[in-house]
Amino acid sequence: MQAVIVAEGLTRHFGDHLAVNQLNLQVASGEVFGFLGPNGAGKTTTVRLLNGVLSAGGGSARVLGHDVATDGPEIRRHTGVLTETPSLYEALTARENLLFFGDLYGLPESELPRRADALLEEFGLADRADDRVGTYSKGMHQRLAIARALLHSPELIFLDEPTSGLDPAAARMVRDTIQKLSQAEGRTVFLCTHNLAEAQALCSRVGVIDHGVLQAVGTPQELASSLWHELSVEIDLHGEPSAAVRETLSRLPGVSGQSLEKGKLVLTLASEEAIPTVVAAIASAGGRIFSVLPREHTLEEIYFRIQGNGETGGAA
Amino acid sequence: MNWRAIRAIIRKDLKQVMQNKMVWLPMILVPAIILIIVPVAMVAMATFVPAEELDVEDLGSLTQLMPAFMSDPLNDLSLAQQFVVLASNYMFAPMFLIVPLMVASILAADSVAGEKERRTLEALLYTPITDTELFLSKVLAAFLPALVIGVASFAISAIAINLAGYQIMGRIFFPVVTWWPLVFWLGPAVSMVGLGATVLISSKAKTFMQAQQFSGVLVLPIVFLMMAQISGLFFLGVGLILALGLLMWLIGLGLVWVGAKTFARGEIIARI
Repeated sequence: MQAVIVAEGLTRHFGDHLAVNQLNLQVASGEVFGFLGPNGAGKTTTVRLLNGVLSAGGGSARVLGHDVATDGPEIRRHTGVLTETPSLYEALTARENLLFFGDLYGLPESELPRRADALLEEFGLADRADDRVGTYSKGMHQRLAIARALLHSPELIFLDEPTSGLDPAAARMVRDTIQKLSQAEGRTVFLCTHNLAEAQALCSRVGVIDHGVLQAVGTPQELASSLWHELSVEIDLHGEPSAAVRETLSRLPGVSGQSLEKGKLVLTLASEEAIPTVVAAIASAGGRIFSVLPREHTLEEIYFRIQGNGETGGAA
Repeated sequence: MNWRAIRAIIRKDLKQVMQNKMVWLPMILVPAIILIIVPVAMVAMATFVPAEELDVEDLGSLTQLMPAFMSDPLNDLSLAQQFVVLASNYMFAPMFLIVPLMVASILAADSVAGEKERRTLEALLYTPITDTELFLSKVLAAFLPALVIGVASFAISAIAINLAGYQIMGRIFFPVVTWWPLVFWLGPAVSMVGLGATVLISSKAKTFMQAQQFSGVLVLPIVFLMMAQISGLFFLGVGLILALGLLMWLIGLGLVWVGAKTFARGEIIARI
């Protein structure tokens, strides 16, 4: 897969504060990349650096094949950015906002009104298109800001906390849009968020940044296997295991722990290889197995493990 | 140069100004007071107040100090007529400069500091427009309306003053020749100084009001010019206006040049 973002040693100071420190990152075309980290971790500064809006103090980056240091306008022509605050003109109507930005992005004048109408329709704002944005709710602001970020059909879309402060229905609509952009339209999405459930649902790969340092990057599975060397499996026996089953398991090599959670047997195994042995041992001890599910670590567990560990090698 | 984007920003800035009473109201009221209400009241005074009650002694001493190009045309006029011509054409002439200065400063403050205050600048900085194009749009969005409002208020003022003084003068008496370089040369130059200074201040100021307060200081030299003209310290003839204009253009364009050099989106966004 072709990389649309390649950053090498990207660094930016603000006075004594190191906002982004030696960032090495690759994002492939068409993926939804989650950029996770607490407030002030360096997410927004990274987006600014990658769009050539802020100049780097060290290192380099290429976005869509262009150097961020010299080709800012060309990069920004092909990227769409949803900033943390919607950054809309409250005194203008939604339509006027879109037409204005369409002029700045150089959309053909003959197509611009149609494109603006289509986006207003898509984001459920058509009936309020000619109302001043100052009269809009927070959710409507956010939808309009996303519509603006997509106005010029950018190849690479940066979304900074896209569902922050939205009601569940609006948040879901935004998530559906992100999925559509990636899956149906093949666009690359760089999603800055501290909503871990959202990142889990949307992102193919994630990077965790804290204090300007990229702590880890990879798929959730890669990150989990680099953080946990053991595997948890959930076994449904339709009830508590018999003493014989417990006894057999306790003597089995590769099983380092067993517990009962919500009526299910949870085993800690050294590796996947132990699963067939465990299944055979339970069966031979008279246990009836209804399901065996490897337990995947949630992104939240991964995130907090990384935060707790500080510097973790990651799977990049 | 992306002129379509520049035009769009100018149009958008003006549209926003029209929606903000705090911004457009002073741009109507100040020219109305300075260029219409005050001179028309002065001219009307000569019509309704008997000539002997006008402060003739002061008028006499002032005309003695005047250069010939100003005092000669007054020779054949009655006292009331002299008062009308002096009040309308000379006494308040420097005050005209407040209009282009103020309009350019208010618009530049709204356009740069106001955009920052309303938190709309960030999205603008993420568009493909270059720093130079953005700076130029902001300069033109302040300069062009200042030019138009300056000339338009002068034209309205000319009609109102001539109407008000026609009964006494019996002819069109306003403007005299000094007004042409004042309106079309020194006025735009003063606008350029106002907007150059305000743009520089605005990129540091956090709010529209902060930027406005700083640029308010720029009115002081104009008040000095008016006091000088009324007291007879010196008089604004065509030569002096042209020379002052040249100086103001140099200062104004110098400020704008410094502004353009320091107007970098990286610096601006770091302060948002």
